[in-house]
Amino acid sequence: MLKLASFMTRPAAKYLLIVLALVFPLIARNEYQVYVMASAFIWAIAVYGLNIITGYCGQLNLAHGGFFALGAYTLGLLTGDYGWSFWPAFVGALLMTAFIGFLVGVVSLRLKEHYFAIFTLCVGFIMYMLTDKWEELTHGPIGVRDIAAPHGFGIVDFTETTPFYYLVLAFLIFAIWFMGKLSRSLLGRTFMAIRNGDDLAQSLGINLMRNKTLAFVLSTTYAGMAGALYAGMVRFIGPEDGNILHTFDMITYLLAGGIGTLSGPLVGTVGIVWLTQSLQFLEEYRMILFGPLLVVLVIFFPRGIVGSFLGWLHRKTLDAGLPAAKQKESRIATGKGVENNA
Amino acid sequence: MLKIENLTKMFGGLAAVNDVSVEFEANRINAIIGPNGAGKSTFFNLVAGTHKPTSGRIILDGEDITPLRCDYIAQRGVGRTFQTTNLFEQASVLDNLIVGHRLRTKSGLWDVLINSKRLQWEEKACRDKAREVLDFVGLNHVENRLIADITQEERKRVAFALALATDPKIVLLDEPAAGVNPEETEGLADLMRKMVDHGLTVCLIEHKMDMIMGLADKIMVLDHGEKIAEGTPTEIRENPVVIEAYLGSDEDAAA
Repeated sequence: MLKLASFMTRPAAKYLLIVLALVFPLIARNEYQVYVMASAFIWAIAVYGLNIITGYCGQLNLAHGGFFALGAYTLGLLTGDYGWSFWPAFVGALLMTAFIGFLVGVVSLRLKEHYFAIFTLCVGFIMYMLTDKWEELTHGPIGVRDIAAPHGFGIVDFTETTPFYYLVLAFLIFAIWFMGKLSRSLLGRTFMAIRNGDDLAQSLGINLMRNKTLAFVLSTTYAGMAGALYAGMVRFIGPEDGNILHTFDMITYLLAGGIGTLSGPLVGTVGIVWLTQSLQFLEEYRMILFGPLLVVLVIFFPRGIVGSFLGWLHRKTLDAGLPAAKQKESRIATGKGVENNA
Repeated sequence: MLKIENLTKMFGGLAAVNDVSVEFEANRINAIIGPNGAGKSTFFNLVAGTHKPTSGRIILDGEDITPLRCDYIAQRGVGRTFQTTNLFEQASVLDNLIVGHRLRTKSGLWDVLINSKRLQWEEKACRDKAREVLDFVGLNHVENRLIADITQEERKRVAFALALATDPKIVLLDEPAAGVNPEETEGLADLMRKMVDHGLTVCLIEHKMDMIMGLADKIMVLDHGEKIAEGTPTEIRENPVVIEAYLGSDEDAAA
């Protein structure tokens, strides 16, 4: 049992999961499953962004769905209305979400805790309202059509589901790879020190505003990346894609998977998306099952699936006095494995 | 070393610290005592830059640090611990300490992206520093324990170690011995002596009188935000104003 558990944290597990993700379209029963998986991966990228500012840096950002929509709209409008092709528009979407993220961050991060959360909730709602009401720019409730997909090459056509799945997978792997580097680096440790408390972090000589703003911009850029991929996959977007409910969905994924852990966002997002899918036959009643399940999870596993697992594993290995306890690299609550399971 | 001139902090109409001037010499253990609400913690917050004084100056090694923000003051060599230090419970002791040396490093986002030599070197430096301070406070046997699993006294030592990892010249310790038993208190006192032996200046707030009297080179007594006495433990013990204000009511309990 313990052996199996510690295997999960080895690099081998990571490669196994990547292989699984690679062969998933071959073993999926139909194209719809591949589509669901691709959209789960897109959400996972956004949740990784939320994990930077909320999980590592400790600032509850409720504008995250708004930034997701900002990325989607930037890509959608640039390709649909202004005739840009996908990749320049994709870069444009990243720059846009980073830039707006910077402006919002510089103002909102002056506030602490609940005030920051309330402020960003308002920012998210304003973004939603803008997509709905600023019809000259965003077409309002009609939404944006004719969004370009990336140009294909050879037999690869990104308007089909499976090639796009691999594109999304590549971005997801990059997103997780960078997150892994970040969370183990001094910069990641700096964010975590801020999460533990502003006063202590400052007494350690950490510049709060600069680091919080950096974390915020990183998180909005992740959201923008996810939003742009979403627009490229769905190729039709409307104001509802910026609905504030998406922010809360993402928070749910993050909490279920394990806030402030490396593999938590993926486990939470993919897990819940598939759970929701498999409960589809219950239609609206699935919430009756879903709600209590979440409550149980939050009460008994407040650190999420991954966080609880790692805590358990750490104690076990220390108690057992296994060599694993003397890991040369100590790591802060990060799953060393990239859980990437279908 | 640390020179305070006419330091005053007003909260609304209340003077939490009122016209305090004092000088702490290098390589000494300096204690600040006084009844609850005397302004001791506010005094620390002023020195560390968490609060800005209403008036007065704070001079560290000849440099006026009064207008600086806390993180710059920390970089100038002021380390501190809090009454309760919020550590990251779910991480190991060593992991908690690595960030302590962050202020002496420069790596940013770009270094993370390209995994630069500088980042690798600085991370090693931080890790080595963490081990060094852990060794200094005598805790290298709990290096891999989670913070949630260590004792109260060990937490105190980890908090010391975290402050030491910043390479300070002076450390401000806010009630370092609160909530630990007498033997452990003696152990912590020894640790403070060891810090001074290694060239640090220690400044502490403490309520445990017997500990202070045996430990401090110099004591400053605050009452209602004002300095009412300063001197060696013997002088303080015999000072009638101090006995009146503070020791008189507490002496039995403290002894």
